Amino acid sequence: MNSSTPAVSIDGVVKRFGPVTAVDGLSLQIQPGEVVAFLGPNGAGKTTTVDMILGLSQPSEGSVQIFGGDPRRAVALGRVAAVMQTGGLLKDFTVRETVELTASLFRPSRPVDEVLDRAGILDIGDRMVGKASGGQQQRLRFALALLSDPDLLILDEPTTGMDVQGRRDFWAAIRSDAARGRTTVFATHYLEEADAYADRIVLVRKGKIVADGTAAEIKALSAGRTVRATWHAPDTDAIAKVEGVDSIDVRGESVLIHGSDSDAIARYLLNHTTACDLEITSRNLEEAFVALTGDDALTPEGALA
Amino acid sequence: MSIAAETRRIPPFGGFSPTFYALELKRMLRNKRSMIFTLIAPSVFFLLFGSDASYRTERVGHGNTTAYIMVSMAVYGAMIATTAGGAMVATERALGWSRQLRLTPLKPVAYVGIKVLVAMTMGAAAIVAVFVVGNLRGADLPFGRLILCGVIGWGCTLVFAAFGLFMGYLLPSENVMQLLGPSLALLALAGGLFTPLDNFSQGFQDFAKFTPAYGVGVLSRAPFGSDGNVSLAVLNIAVWTAIFVGGAAWRMSKDTQRV
Repeated sequence: MNSSTPAVSIDGVVKRFGPVTAVDGLSLQIQPGEVVAFLGPNGAGKTTTVDMILGLSQPSEGSVQIFGGDPRRAVALGRVAAVMQTGGLLKDFTVRETVELTASLFRPSRPVDEVLDRAGILDIGDRMVGKASGGQQQRLRFALALLSDPDLLILDEPTTGMDVQGRRDFWAAIRSDAARGRTTVFATHYLEEADAYADRIVLVRKGKIVADGTAAEIKALSAGRTVRATWHAPDTDAIAKVEGVDSIDVRGESVLIHGSDSDAIARYLLNHTTACDLEITSRNLEEAFVALTGDDALTPEGALA
Repeated sequence: MSIAAETRRIPPFGGFSPTFYALELKRMLRNKRSMIFTLIAPSVFFLLFGSDASYRTERVGHGNTTAYIMVSMAVYGAMIATTAGGAMVATERALGWSRQLRLTPLKPVAYVGIKVLVAMTMGAAAIVAVFVVGNLRGADLPFGRLILCGVIGWGCTLVFAAFGLFMGYLLPSENVMQLLGPSLALLALAGGLFTPLDNFSQGFQDFAKFTPAYGVGVLSRAPFGSDGNVSLAVLNIAVWTAIFVGGAAWRMSKDTQRV
């Protein structure tokens, strides 16, 4: 495999559904071996993007390539596999039959018992899918995704319906495969999951990337403080040049400036502008996430990119 | 990873395989409802409509009336079985299984091929079941002609497998057969499977010649040597097959674009 070929290459992708723009000019490259979290609130365009990575839908504009080729071909060859939120299962197959049927389609395929075991459902192989719990069905989807021993694994909200132990086992399996070089991309709206398991976090909001960095960088972003000031006719261009400023929010006569160095921001405001009534507050990880992905968040220009 | 990119292959025949067929058939045989409608209901109808003692001595061409009703009921059973088999795509789409299959190399054509093969297997089972019961209850037709009736009737119900597929893609419902079951009874009536069309008004008889079960009914009973317009029946089947296959293909292509 050519190591310079990205596992996923998304270039200027726009996806519209009638008047709704679900993905709005998204570009992203994921290198082989990366574990990337696609983090954002519901409706941010995560699932739409995942669909396009798998070739289940076509972008309205832009292109998506998987290992330098067509996504559908990568799916057919088993190079990319996925655990989807929406993928249904047939209730009147047993767990084992579902895996056997899927295994019959891949060349080559891992042994049925092996994937059942790795997904932690070897003991319920003879159970009807309709009688399996939500968490067990999710493990079954995971088992199906392991059959082709994919180079790239896509997970859309993978731990939905799993109990605590289920989540722990699931992520342990994902991490051990990632350590062996499997590229993994997972969409989630759980901040903790992204923080704990991803090497890199891509924050999306309204179909756009608002932040992209390592977990540490995202944490640094959230570790900053917000400076609020009363400022008539604010010069946002000038304040954006102050080191560490990552977002500016003008609300009437109030300006909220977020950055990693609140002292520098305050010093600049007091020394170089007419801004007054300064307040400095810190925000936690959760608030940073909400701020970056919420409805009234600043446009992504100032965010970490 | 352990599988080199160069060793990966796409499965032959778009994913169509004996393993896939066997698993699907096993699932169908486990379904109590489809077993009742395929194997039991047609035989029960035969016993209700065809066990009159006088039918055993009444001749219809090379056979007796019992055999004539037996063939009609067998074809009706095969109609239900093949339609239900084809219509399974509705359930599988409603459950999102077809979306799950889109994460595999399975080609839509291979998927449909397996559905049709399972549907036709069930159709054959329906015919054999009624023939066994019929022969125990005094149906009389030379063996060669009996086999011919079965094979023709079975082959012709392919049109209903296509009908089931078309409806399955058209109606996104888990319980599509609740709608199709009564429709099939009406079609069977118009096809002369419940009672000879001579019993109806001329107007209905003329109308009936354009309904999808008419051709199947006439052709499957042709080995009796009784009257019936064979060339019209062949035309009827050809046209309806074209309509249903075309409709199914059209809906299927819409489906794969969207999913």
